[in-house]
Amino acid sequence: MDLSNINPALLVAALMVASVPILLAAIGEMVVEKAGVLNLGVEGMMIMGAVCGFAVALTTGSPVIGFVGAAVGGMVLSLVFALLTQVFLTNQVATGLALTLFGLGLSALIGQGYQGLKPPPTVKLDLGPLGDIPFLGQAIFNHDWIVYFSLAITVAVWAFLKFSRAGLVLRAVGENHDAAHALGYKVALIRTAAIAFGGACAGMGGAYISLVRVPQWVDGMTAGAGWIALAIVVFGSWRPGYVLLGAYLFGGVTVLQLNLQVAGLAIPVEYLSMSPYVITIAVLVAISATRRGTSLAAPGSLGRIFHASR
Amino acid sequence: MNLKSLLSGLAVASVMATGAMAEATKAGFIYVGPVGDFGWSYEHNQGRLAVEEALGDKVETTFVESVPEGADAERVMTQMALGGADIIFTTSFGYMDPTINVAKKFPNVKFEHATGYKRADNVSTYGARFYEGRAVIGHIAGKMTETNKIGYIASFPIPEVIRGINSAYLHAKKVNPDVEMKIVWVFTWFDPAKEADAAQALIDQGVDVLMQHTDSTAPMGKAEEAGILAFGQASDMTAFGPNAHLTSIIDDWGPYYVQRVKAVMDGTWSSTDTWDGIAPGMVAFADMSDKIPADVQAEAMQMIEDIKSGAYHPFTGPINKQDGSVYLADGEVGSDFDGDNALVGMSFYVEGIEGDIPN
Repeated sequence: MDLSNINPALLVAALMVASVPILLAAIGEMVVEKAGVLNLGVEGMMIMGAVCGFAVALTTGSPVIGFVGAAVGGMVLSLVFALLTQVFLTNQVATGLALTLFGLGLSALIGQGYQGLKPPPTVKLDLGPLGDIPFLGQAIFNHDWIVYFSLAITVAVWAFLKFSRAGLVLRAVGENHDAAHALGYKVALIRTAAIAFGGACAGMGGAYISLVRVPQWVDGMTAGAGWIALAIVVFGSWRPGYVLLGAYLFGGVTVLQLNLQVAGLAIPVEYLSMSPYVITIAVLVAISATRRGTSLAAPGSLGRIFHASR
Repeated sequence: MNLKSLLSGLAVASVMATGAMAEATKAGFIYVGPVGDFGWSYEHNQGRLAVEEALGDKVETTFVESVPEGADAERVMTQMALGGADIIFTTSFGYMDPTINVAKKFPNVKFEHATGYKRADNVSTYGARFYEGRAVIGHIAGKMTETNKIGYIASFPIPEVIRGINSAYLHAKKVNPDVEMKIVWVFTWFDPAKEADAAQALIDQGVDVLMQHTDSTAPMGKAEEAGILAFGQASDMTAFGPNAHLTSIIDDWGPYYVQRVKAVMDGTWSSTDTWDGIAPGMVAFADMSDKIPADVQAEAMQMIEDIKSGAYHPFTGPINKQDGSVYLADGEVGSDFDGDNALVGMSFYVEGIEGDIPN
């Protein structure tokens, strides 16, 4: 075993990169759930984002436009979900699951012509003197823009939900949609907007895999990241800070266990492989439990169908 | 994913049903990954296309991709068999038990299972001696590495993968006594993001030559990005790392598939076990990169020739196991099937490799 081969700065850098797709998808889904909608189609929206982002980036030659395309792709798919659940009042769980299956199939179809191609590279930002700081420069200030974007959007969501009036309305809709409706808020409209935001975030998360992390298009390449994001929202008790922690913990332990394997740590590989899941859940449950019960954190109307006639 | 394979399974069944009037022999293929993985499943699909090309109207082929190993596989096979398939190729190690189970229910359908060891009257097995290819790339890797660290992304701890690691290590070590093999187990055949992360972890710890026994091209892409060298797996992966790519081990299933489907047509099919290597062309190589110095290329070519002619066997003693006990005595050659140490069941590292094999 030779742990001295593990460079902590590179480890932190790899951790931040590995966490981006899950963080983006989870923060989007958190807003959706805060509005009282349970969208289990995160995986489907991510994979749609991955393929749309890839196709757009390849066509335009610009990874930035690619990410915009990914957001649009994820949003369009999420609006299908919004139409079904908010207008036709279908069951959210079933519709969400169907959305994932549909997204996987549709993305494979769209991606037919894009297999084996290389997207334009997403360059790392040059942050000038910040990049020269020892350790921190290499670990934190040596990334592409989307890494910082994912952090910024987390902070923005936190501020929006905590301090803005619109955020308060959104939370009200999620806590008690009948009361919100009685106050004159348009429940279905607000929820549709939240769903669209969640779709856009998931789409960009997926595109990060196809445009930066791998970077190629292959069928089914998100490989379950959407489900991890969903779990992190729940175990992070619908708090942006905990969601960020959960995503970084999951990405961090994933990267760490691979590095420990390379370094030859004398822990059986089976345990290392399961460690990201176990540790993330254990830590999030532990910190949530020390506060009020987790059940209190769930939005009151989560997953319930709303109709104005009641 | 389940629905997707279900739907494609249904599509297969209906395609076969509508084609039932024709006299064509029907061959079905089941792949573990997408045909667009540009690795393992891609090459099996190339084999299928070779069957179509060689036998034309006399054959009808169908395939289902991304079939998970397990109960799902059994369902897809059953649907193919019900749909009138005459021969079904199940192309991943994990399809072994499902293949045997389904074969029992359809005694008139021929099954061909890749890389497994369980056979029946209507189940053949076939595999390629990838360890012969691994020996050659191990030799090149030992010569090319400057940090003396070779990275190996391993999928599942099955004999096939362990043989490859041992073979590559032995031949790297032979030309470079200081070489270290860094192995990462990812427990998947195909997960581009995970393979990329594993590659990144290896690169971060100083590996400068990368090998993979997983199916996506993601590690090759990472190697290109990091400016290190890498070997492709199953298919020619030059396009994914023009600067990183040294050569690839290519699986060429076409001739075997054509031969087996023909045997079904002629009624001469019988249950066999095929394990072919470089000599019959089942294991081939992509063009070697200019980065490999001419003398190393010549040595590699010589090794390929020697393996082809039978003059050299990659597992030739003296070789010790990881614990120091003797695996092969001086001059002894590894046996395919006989004894506890048979190549088909290899479940130990050779001396010098660090770490344990997961269970």
